[in-house]
Amino acid sequence: MNKTLPLLPESASNLAADVDLLMILLTVFSIFFTIVIFVAVAVLAVKYHRKSEDEVPPHIHGSLPLEIAWSIGPFLLVLAMLPLSAKIMMNTYTPQPYAMEIFVTGKQWMWKLQHPEGPREINELHVPIGKPLKFTMISEDVLHSFYVPAFRVKKDVLPGRYTNFWVTPTKVGTYHLFCAEYCGTQHSGMIGKVHVMEQSDYEKWLSGGDESMTARGEALFNQYGCVTCHLADGKGRGPALVGVYNSMVKMQTGAIVKADESYLRESIINPRAKIVEKYSSIMPTFQGQISEEGLLQIIAYIKSLEQEGEAQQ
Amino acid sequence: MSTTHAGSHADNYVSYLGNGTTWQSWLLTKDHKRIAILYLISISVFFLLGGIFAAAVRLELLTPQSDLMEAETYNKMFTMHGVVMIFFFLIPSIPATLGNFLIPIMCGAKDLAFPKINLLSWYLYIIGGVLGLYAAVNGGVETGWTFYTPYSSTYSNSAVIATAMGAFVAGFSSILTGLNFIVTIHKMRAPGLTWGRLPLFVWAHYATSLIQLLGTPVIAITLVLMMLERAFRIGFFDPALGGDPVLFQHLFWFYSHPAVYIMILPGMGVVSEIITAFSRKSVFGYKFIAGSSLGIAVIGFFVWGHHMFTSGQSVYASMVFALITQAVAVPSAIKVFNWTATMYKGSVSWDTPMLYALGFIGLFTIGGVTGVTVAMLGVDLHLHDTYFIVAHFHYVMVGGMVLAYLGGLHFWWPKMTGRMYHEIWARVSAVLVFLGFNFTFFPQFILGYMGMPRRYAAYPEEWQVLHIMSTVGASVLGFGFILPGIYLTASLLRGKAAQAPMNPYGAKGLEWTIPSPPPTENFLAMPTVNEEVYAYAETEEKALV
Ligand code: HEC
Ligand code: HEM
Ligand SMILES: [Cu+2]
Ligand SMILES: [Cu+2]
Repeated sequence: MNKTLPLLPESASNLAADVDLLMILLTVFSIFFTIVIFVAVAVLAVKYHRKSEDEVPPHIHGSLPLEIAWSIGPFLLVLAMLPLSAKIMMNTYTPQPYAMEIFVTGKQWMWKLQHPEGPREINELHVPIGKPLKFTMISEDVLHSFYVPAFRVKKDVLPGRYTNFWVTPTKVGTYHLFCAEYCGTQHSGMIGKVHVMEQSDYEKWLSGGDESMTARGEALFNQYGCVTCHLADGKGRGPALVGVYNSMVKMQTGAIVKADESYLRESIINPRAKIVEKYSSIMPTFQGQISEEGLLQIIAYIKSLEQEGEAQQ
Repeated sequence: MSTTHAGSHADNYVSYLGNGTTWQSWLLTKDHKRIAILYLISISVFFLLGGIFAAAVRLELLTPQSDLMEAETYNKMFTMHGVVMIFFFLIPSIPATLGNFLIPIMCGAKDLAFPKINLLSWYLYIIGGVLGLYAAVNGGVETGWTFYTPYSSTYSNSAVIATAMGAFVAGFSSILTGLNFIVTIHKMRAPGLTWGRLPLFVWAHYATSLIQLLGTPVIAITLVLMMLERAFRIGFFDPALGGDPVLFQHLFWFYSHPAVYIMILPGMGVVSEIITAFSRKSVFGYKFIAGSSLGIAVIGFFVWGHHMFTSGQSVYASMVFALITQAVAVPSAIKVFNWTATMYKGSVSWDTPMLYALGFIGLFTIGGVTGVTVAMLGVDLHLHDTYFIVAHFHYVMVGGMVLAYLGGLHFWWPKMTGRMYHEIWARVSAVLVFLGFNFTFFPQFILGYMGMPRRYAAYPEEWQVLHIMSTVGASVLGFGFILPGIYLTASLLRGKAAQAPMNPYGAKGLEWTIPSPPPTENFLAMPTVNEEVYAYAETEEKALV
């Protein structure tokens, strides 16, 4: 048993300083009003303690100025803190340039984590310090929530839909990873570690790992026969997927859709939902055939095609 | 209205307790006072049961490993603790016992508007409770009291449907009670009892009833959809069936946020009564306290999204919900300040009900400011689903509502039973509850900020010290709760030796003008109200400002 009584969690992300600052402001606010009330109650209860049974106190109706003061006053203080709280929240939603992507699959009761160049990890995540991370997460079963207290952020992991957030680790160390949304028997066992490493250590670790995520994605792309229709030169039965990620794709209906991760996922498991212009709906559905993890690997591979495409231009 | 310490007219009337002693005279009664006693007994049983589940949870958390019981059993314990305490204890607590007993009397009426429906609502509550117990002994349930989908509808292997049916049926009892109160308050007030003369207890119950009537049907239909998905695989919430799990959360919290006000407004009503009675002084800012109850009831319907800041809901929706949530804290603050100001220049006694009421003010304040804290988007990303939330809601639900319930029970016990309880023991228990409560739940704020997630059977070792503090505090708290069970029961057995006078505290209000315990028809003659509410004083003075 640890004998010290820790009171603050470690701060290891770009969000932590702001969250801690806001928490300090809120604590000061809370303590101030708690003390005001406790002291007022104690003083009044003692000072006006009944001295004799036949005391008859005066009637005091109330006071409009006081009512206004104590409803508006605290409210304005709270409003003053709201923008900072919104800013922290926005930070987790704002895409960061050159972010490293982490793909997370939650399932009862483990975390599967990987990034495009890195090997597949279970309940462990290795990341370099100072590099923005973009999390793309999905669940294979029930709700989970990806929570790293040292980063001061959590986000729910849902079945059937990707959720994202951005965060930048700022301190080397090993931190708790928790599932924060109740998910069944071993919910409290759905935990792991996040290792934030110096760039050089991180590279050493990378080289020791096995096959990267994009390599796995490419293997699946061949294995499921995607490659037979989606030829790189665009002459196949399906459109070329080079550079498709994040491009604007025109549909048969005339609608223009941004090809983000959710679109790519839908195109694979439910191709009929949106048909690309000039193509017919011959692509078979892969619903239930490829695991969520596999889908993420294929998507990582499709995204890597974009990078090669750009390099050629 | 008389406020003298007149003795009860024990000899020349039949009290509601003396009017029949057979089982039928109780189980088929239409007397709101007897129904209140039926509720009192039944919710006490559920409170004890919920307490036993809580003890299991706290004992398991003494050590970091999940060793006392299996993780699955632990999950059942906290789920059944939550379900029992919320649906079968806290929601009915004050309204169904004190409210049932006092609303007609405070309105100067003989009974509620629909006495048979009142009895029906007790039976519905019992059927719901029995379904809940049936689920508890047939495998238990382990979804959390929030029943989040698709875990509840697809993955859980426990008695989800029986439990949800229990909550569903008990919901109708709540709706019917609300309906009865609203009609009674509108239609059955005694001559001269204008809206501006209604006790704040009645105003608080009026606001509560509005929420029960408008909100409860939504949880009812949500639970039905969840059960349909579970039983017949009809897709509403499970993405595998084409549903949306976040939709469940929207529907659930659309009721359950207003429902937290069902679990506090009646307590606020009780505290308003106690503070004025034990300060012998009219309440400060009557209109503001009454109006803020309605304000809470209305605004409370527009803040549900603050439970979903991390759920994947739109970030702009979250911002709007955060803003409205901060606004709903204003009416709560108004009440706290007004109660405190009421004591100014009063004649304050420290009798047991007042101790509970003062404890309420302090603990509810902490619950309120931490509510403001978790409604701040940026910090909630960290605090959501941690022990900080657990501490917040126990401060409002136990520190607030349960203390108010105990305060009210002590305040009106002489009226309801005609017996005085042992004052010294009662004060001891009030102090124990206050201290034990803080010892149990204050460490959980720290645990939460450190990042300890809720609903964990096992946890990292560095948090053991705080968990031990919490469990020790819970033992004191438990002891503090058992004491009233003993000395209140003892007061009944002491018979005439503990006979309560008509108005033991010299309090104002119609209930103190009739004998203790009241006659079946409440008033021996139809009352007329010809003075203002809380007319304690002969002189009038201006506030400082
Ligand atoms: C039988 C041929 C065929 C196979 C096999 C096939 N696709 Fe397709 N795919 C198409 C066609 C045709 C379209 C365009 C029409 C549409 O949107 O459905 C398409 C569209 C797509 C799109 C959307 C492209 C855009 O430009 O918007 C993606 C992404 C995609 N497929 C991925 C895959 C993956 C991954 C696999 C393997 C698991 C696969 N496809 C297998 C024929 C195929
Ligand atoms: C003073 C005004 C209040 C504010 C501003 C407030 C705010 C909040 C917020 C923002 C949350 C969500 C936190 C999260 O899950 O991340 C929350 C949770 C909760 N609050 Fe409050 N609250 C207030 C009063 C109350 C009252 C009066 C009660 C009940 C009597 C209550 C009971 C609860 C409960 C039960 C939860 C947790 C539900 C769960 O997830 O199981 N709150 N509160
Ligand atoms: Cu979990
Ligand atoms: Cu809420």
